[in-house]
Amino acid sequence: MRFTKDHEWVVLEGDVATFGITAYAAEQLGDVVFVETPDAGKAVKAGDNVAVVESVKAASDVYAPVSGEVLEGNAALGDAPETVNDQPEGAGWFAKIKVADKAEIEALMDRAAYEAYLQTL
Amino acid sequence: MSDQDLKLTPLYDAHVAAGARMVPFAGYSMPVQYKDGVLKEHLWTREHAGLFDVSHMGQARLRGEDPLAAFETLVPGDYAGLKPGKQKYSVLLNAEGGIIDDLMAGRPDDDGLFIVVNGACKDNDYAIIASALAGRASVERLEDRALLALQGPEAAAVLAAHVPAVADMAFMDIAALPAFGVDAIISRSGYTGEDGYEISVPAEAARRVWDALLSDERVRPIGLGARDSLRLEAGLPLYGHDLDESVSPIEAGLGFAVSKKRREARSFPGADRIAGEVEGGLNRVRVALKVEGAPAREGAEIADETGAVVGRVTSGGFSPSLGAPIAIGFAPPAFSALGTALKVIVRGRTQSAEVVSTPFVPHRYVRKMKA
Repeated sequence: MRFTKDHEWVVLEGDVATFGITAYAAEQLGDVVFVETPDAGKAVKAGDNVAVVESVKAASDVYAPVSGEVLEGNAALGDAPETVNDQPEGAGWFAKIKVADKAEIEALMDRAAYEAYLQTL
Repeated sequence: MSDQDLKLTPLYDAHVAAGARMVPFAGYSMPVQYKDGVLKEHLWTREHAGLFDVSHMGQARLRGEDPLAAFETLVPGDYAGLKPGKQKYSVLLNAEGGIIDDLMAGRPDDDGLFIVVNGACKDNDYAIIASALAGRASVERLEDRALLALQGPEAAAVLAAHVPAVADMAFMDIAALPAFGVDAIISRSGYTGEDGYEISVPAEAARRVWDALLSDERVRPIGLGARDSLRLEAGLPLYGHDLDESVSPIEAGLGFAVSKKRREARSFPGADRIAGEVEGGLNRVRVALKVEGAPAREGAEIADETGAVVGRVTSGGFSPSLGAPIAIGFAPPAFSALGTALKVIVRGRTQSAEVVSTPFVPHRYVRKMKA
């Protein structure tokens, strides 16, 4: 699992990257009440707004951790947005992306580096 | 404003110790939520009792030869006949009938008028009141007092265990009385739609009162995040969002705060505009919306069924009690009838919305019959 400074995690299997928001991000947001995930077929660049996660008090953008084409958004979050709080780094995934350049993922932080980064916040 | 310039309420240390997330609000460092988070804090207040620090709000005494008559020149409500023990909600108006601030003004005793105004507006309010009433009345800021709100269906039982007299108060009653060993001013009112009280005590007693109330297992501390979602469900406007200097009380659905007698006498600022609006000359009114899909937040456009933009959301979010998004906004009267189908535009997408009545969640104020 790799991590971005915007608190997304990403896991690569073959050329498919699954991503979501980290446990830290979910904790900071508080209770998630609405999630908007991207539609299949959407082309995204790393850093693009690709999803929205909303708590009672605010809406926050979620950025694509890597470039590529969206294969699917996690439709289950529509009826159960609280999954993002319950299992942020598992069933609470946001979308799967067919990765254009795997090197983008290797450039992201590993868990040790991400946890060190969190200590600086 | 840097964080170093933020003012602290007398309960700052209590918030930090309770694990609150502190944010800048109205020039103060205030708790937006505690460990439970906004959703649970909101629901706890609806089911039990929530304790809020609202010491950032302005508390003041208006004194003079006839402070009630003087105060009436600034607001559209009937204060001249206000009996001791009662308070009323009102709005401070500019010369165009726009709202400078909304406030509570009451008579806990015979000592003039006790007013509570919004924290972000207080300096401006006091300057306007002092200037307008120069020679007739003076404003004394009560900077050395804290303000706590205890809200929810169990609030009355909790507070009566410390202050038995509060059980006999009705909604909008206010009293100066000894409580917790100090001189308190307690009103049965609040900003959640629930039964409850606002409790003004000297700053040095605030922590003791806060801890005493929290020692009751029915009470939890509640942050400003849930205060906002609770007031939105209660259909209560928020100054700086739903109300500003361009908005009149009639547009804002606050007609109950405009006295018919005083309107007919045109005896308050902006009375001509407000009288015209009461007679039907309205271009926009406050509407309450139930929204499908993503929450429509402040700034989202409101459109008619053809997609033409007709208004804007001024407060919106997710209702924890209803489990659905709700919003308050302004639109022309033609789109304000209950059941009107409208649209809201969220991040470029059009979503359905329906005009509903307020409050979104029923008020549970305790109104007592006269014996």
